[in-house]
Amino acid sequence: MTTPPFLGGQDGGPVADAAARRGAPAGTLMGRPTAGGRFGEFGGRYVPESLVPACVELAAAFDEAWADPTFRSHLDSLLASYAGRPTPVTECHRLSEQLGVRVLMKREDLAHTGSHKINNVLGQALLAARMGKGRLVAETGAGQHGVASATAAALLGLDCVVFMGEVDVERQALNVFRMRLLGAEVRPVSSGSRTLKDAVNEALRDWVATVETTHYCIGSVMGPHPYPYMVRELQRVVGDEARGQCRALLEGRDPDVVVACIGGGSNAAGTFAGFVDTDAALVGVEAAGGAALGDGAPGVVHGMRSMFLQDEAGQILEAHSISAGLDYPGIGPEHAHLAATGRATYHAVEDAEVLDAFRLLAATEGIIPALEPAHAVAWLVRAARTGGVAPGSTVLITMSGRGDKDVAQVMEMLS
Amino acid sequence: MRTPATPASAGPVQRATSGPVAGSAPAGVPPPPGKLESRLREARASGRKLVVPYLTGGLGDDWLDTLRALAAAGADAIEVGIPFSDPVMDGPTIQEASARALREGATPHSILDALRRADVDVPIAVMTYYNLVARAGHRRSASELAAAGVAGAILPDLPVDEAGPWVEAADAAGVETVLLAAPTTPDERLRTICARSRGFLYAVGVLGVTGERRELAASAREIARRCKAATDLPVLVGVGVSNAEQVREVCEVADGVVVGSALVRRLLDGAGPDGAGEFLAELRAGVDR
Ligand SMILES: Cc1ncc(COP(=O)(O)O)c(C=O)c1O
Repeated sequence: MTTPPFLGGQDGGPVADAAARRGAPAGTLMGRPTAGGRFGEFGGRYVPESLVPACVELAAAFDEAWADPTFRSHLDSLLASYAGRPTPVTECHRLSEQLGVRVLMKREDLAHTGSHKINNVLGQALLAARMGKGRLVAETGAGQHGVASATAAALLGLDCVVFMGEVDVERQALNVFRMRLLGAEVRPVSSGSRTLKDAVNEALRDWVATVETTHYCIGSVMGPHPYPYMVRELQRVVGDEARGQCRALLEGRDPDVVVACIGGGSNAAGTFAGFVDTDAALVGVEAAGGAALGDGAPGVVHGMRSMFLQDEAGQILEAHSISAGLDYPGIGPEHAHLAATGRATYHAVEDAEVLDAFRLLAATEGIIPALEPAHAVAWLVRAARTGGVAPGSTVLITMSGRGDKDVAQVMEMLS
Repeated sequence: MRTPATPASAGPVQRATSGPVAGSAPAGVPPPPGKLESRLREARASGRKLVVPYLTGGLGDDWLDTLRALAAAGADAIEVGIPFSDPVMDGPTIQEASARALREGATPHSILDALRRADVDVPIAVMTYYNLVARAGHRRSASELAAAGVAGAILPDLPVDEAGPWVEAADAAGVETVLLAAPTTPDERLRTICARSRGFLYAVGVLGVTGERRELAASAREIARRCKAATDLPVLVGVGVSNAEQVREVCEVADGVVVGSALVRRLLDGAGPDGAGEFLAELRAGVDR
């Protein structure tokens, strides 16, 4: 295998990603970030020195793999034969009737392991194996990324350790059991708020010590460069598929509005990547208790400059949400940039609206959503009722995961 | 504000010969050595090994007394941690100390206000995370540090590639930014780090976060050797240096050490200022004989 020269991360390196094929140069929205991993003023690589060489190596390895047809076809065949891609787009007839807008739903809940997280981890696990790293560490909130990581590790014969906050271990007990069944070690994290933020801290600490043999499989479009870019590219399959599927359903047109929920922002970034060059309005939906774009300020945490909930001194605040996957005080840097440019808009919904949307979708469409994408549904319900989305418009919503993991929690909350 | 500029003595103060400066940091002439670098160079020139303790700022009501006890017991400089909510470079001991200090109300301002009253002649370097200096703005943070008499700043999550804007502000305010070199740092990058580091070069002795280790890692001597070959700046090894024997061992190669978790654990266990002073004396004894 010949190794294309790594251009020190300079723009114009050996990339064959879809954006590049469409001719999107660096600086174009959702194209390649700058050499230092910047999307506008956000992004970068703020990690302890011990990790910088590993990030540089990873950026080079990803560029090389992403440009390698063998790697791409291996990944594509796993996505098809193992993960069940392409996932369908479903017309939600009864919901559309209720809301007065035409609702199309991209069904990542039907992917193997029950969410979009599998797209990212199959890519990263293949890459780790290609780099000769036999161990994965991952953080998880809701447990979906942990389950996906454990799954990919089992498939490829890698060791896997998943860090998970104690609060989440409790509220997502089913996923903890699934990870253990899959052969992963789950390490509960007892520091700080004992949720996703602290799981990321602990995964980073592990990686600082094990970087020579371990790949840190980050679960969203966050962290130091190249992660936000790499994870978006690995998730763009969601948006690229959906774009074609929407055109088939809409006689060649694109939807008017594209909506996705945001924890770190990976299902949204993957979805938006397919539509950023259309006229569709892009809408990200955060949990009201974790609205980094709504209530946050610029900061540098977890390897990236982005928007974070923090106090006057710069101490990071705890997020609060019924959804473990959105319980994160930050957001991926590319979303911070998309918000700053105005290309995408971001909104927050309250827990109570989310529970209503959860029940509504189950009863009208026979789809029990995960609590995370129920946020996207909740925004749509509100926007359709208050005129935020014009009657008769067409809306694509990404159903990032299925609700099995949340049913017990919701049952308790509703009783 | 103390004037941070020129070294008091015209001792054997040499600037590290630095290669061409690449990347984002300003390419200008580095400022003359400040108090931190001058003092450490003077001490080294006198044949002394450098012992620098780390203390979490705001840990207990008596932490300023602990600081003074450390100075009196022969610390060559003192690192004062400004606790951050998400200390990714720290292991359980310093995490616990940071969390406790934060619970007790420590803020960057409360710690700097205290340092202003500290009245110790030993140079102080704060060790904190980048978000705390970025939040207030580089220039404001740098001038607040200088006004509190702080000589240096160590920001372990700000690698050289991203350090430019901060270093520019810190240089202008006379605050020396100490950079870190790790066992995984390649040689060429090590040269860039050496050229940009001020005060001293912080050689991370082990791949991992702060915390005590039973044995000195082989990587500690190795990184010290590589750093010594790359720069004339004082080279201090930190992370995983835990007792007098390890201090002695690593100082066979390095100019000195930073000892954090071993001291902080004693403080968490209630050693108090006296215990801290005694521990420092014990570390010194290993290299002063
Ligand atoms: C189903 C589902 N959707 C969304 C998210 C949030 O992640 P992201 O914003 O990266 O898509 C999670 C995270 O756990 C999830 O499990």
